[in-house]
Amino acid sequence: MTHLINVEGVSKRFSGVQAVNGVSFYMDEGEILGLIGPNGAGKTTLFNLVSGVIPPDEGRVTMLGEDITGMAPYNVVNRGLARTHQIVKPLNDMTVLENVTVGACFGREKLQLGKAREHALKVLHTVGLADRKDVLAVHLTIAGKKRLEVARALAGNPRLLLLDEVLAGLNPTEVAGMIEVIRTVRKETGIGILMIEHLMQAVMSLSDRVMVLNFGELLATGTPEEVANHPHVVEAYLGDPNMAEKLMARQ
Amino acid sequence: MLKKPFFWIMVATVIAFVVMPIFGGIGVRESLFLAAVYMILALNLNLMIGYTGYVNFGSIVFFGLGGTLGIYAITVMGWPLWAALIGAAVVVALLALLLGLGILRLRGAYFALATIGVVEATKSFVSNFDPFGGSTGMYISFSSYKPLGGPREALWIVYFLVIAVLAASLLLGYMIKRSRFGLGLFAIREDEDAAMVLGVKAPLFKAIIYSVSSILPAMAGVLFFFKNGVIQPDQAFELTLSIEAIVMLMLGGQGTVFGAALGGFAYEQFRGYLLTSATFSNFHLVIAGALLLLIVLFAPGGLTGWLHERWSLTRRVLE
Repeated sequence: MTHLINVEGVSKRFSGVQAVNGVSFYMDEGEILGLIGPNGAGKTTLFNLVSGVIPPDEGRVTMLGEDITGMAPYNVVNRGLARTHQIVKPLNDMTVLENVTVGACFGREKLQLGKAREHALKVLHTVGLADRKDVLAVHLTIAGKKRLEVARALAGNPRLLLLDEVLAGLNPTEVAGMIEVIRTVRKETGIGILMIEHLMQAVMSLSDRVMVLNFGELLATGTPEEVANHPHVVEAYLGDPNMAEKLMARQ
Repeated sequence: MLKKPFFWIMVATVIAFVVMPIFGGIGVRESLFLAAVYMILALNLNLMIGYTGYVNFGSIVFFGLGGTLGIYAITVMGWPLWAALIGAAVVVALLALLLGLGILRLRGAYFALATIGVVEATKSFVSNFDPFGGSTGMYISFSSYKPLGGPREALWIVYFLVIAVLAASLLLGYMIKRSRFGLGLFAIREDEDAAMVLGVKAPLFKAIIYSVSSILPAMAGVLFFFKNGVIQPDQAFELTLSIEAIVMLMLGGQGTVFGAALGGFAYEQFRGYLLTSATFSNFHLVIAGALLLLIVLFAPGGLTGWLHERWSLTRRVLE
């Protein structure tokens, strides 16, 4: 069976550091996969390897059966992958609407300018930035910039969305707002979402499956419950043997 | 496009350039000729610096090489002026495309340095290439002006052709700014890595705009040196003029068509004043340098940026 994305044994070494080591996973459409792990575990590097920002040393990435290993990011986008950045990269001197229009124009669907603008407006409504559309991106708050990242990525109508810590640095109200956005996106578009997140409650409640990365290697994969009870995960990341109950109780 | 006020501002500008010398005479025409050439250089440099965020220190190479090839086609191969214009533009654009695919892998200061290298390398090549006359250059014989009805008529025709190239430069800058392609360039200017992740084919876009920004300056080069009557490598590939083009663009305001055009015009007037004044005639480059410093320090958006900060209306009108 061909998966939406299939990653087989990708590795990346930065001079002395083995950032990602033989990681394999797959995802299907409509699925939310959470990616957790301690700082420096290689989560963002894994994103970079999948989205074509850096080519892997070893391994293969296929999307709907097509090999996209080492493809330039703009070609990966054509196949239907979109991503956000952990450290936000707004196009500062352009308005919020223009930022999202770039995503719509050059994303998977390659819309013409007029259509792209219309579509961008729709997406801005979804993420709740419509009233800020004429503001220069540089003037947005950090929460606004995170929403902008999501809007830009969504504007190209991707099949797979990679979210890199879109909840980090937000206050509880903003977190709730962003979780709502992710739920809406899944409900309305049915695309696959791979999300890196440190906020455990959010990951556990949103994800269908969770995978845990530690020192560049896959430690565990499974349902949120299985992962939270996994002894290695508790040891390496959660730290508290009772954490699993606490997390599950919250839902 | 016809509903946009700025389109009509451009039309009015071109009409003014056509009408003014008809009433003002040859003196006005000579001043406007140089102003138009400067405006063409600034407008096309704006496509690289203002739109794409790549500082091209060597934009003059397009002007010089266009001039060299065009004058060669006219004097040695006996081509008519129109054919020389098109031929020079095509060859320069193709060379720029190939070169762009290579040097645009560099970013920031490294790209800027490479563009200076391109000017110097081209200049040495032309200076040592005998068919182009080596370092003494090429002279245009009187007979070359005959097909245009004689030297006097030729000067007028060349003037109107330069205005046509100016009109094309204005329109090109305006149309790219409002296009999907232009949006991609702006994204590259703001953050090239983010642009690529959003799907912008940055390497191709950059090479194309580098090439596009060479076409009209190459034509201006042919016309300038055809009128001049002689072309020498030292004059054709003068790095100073390249840097003056950056001053023009910064003065008027990079990123806007209006700013680039205004900067080219204002700089020519200013330069003309300095060159003819008794006190400053030897210092015009010193003053241009000081001007650039002041703009970068106090008004990085140039005149247009300064206006835009104060009135939101100008942002919509002066594009």
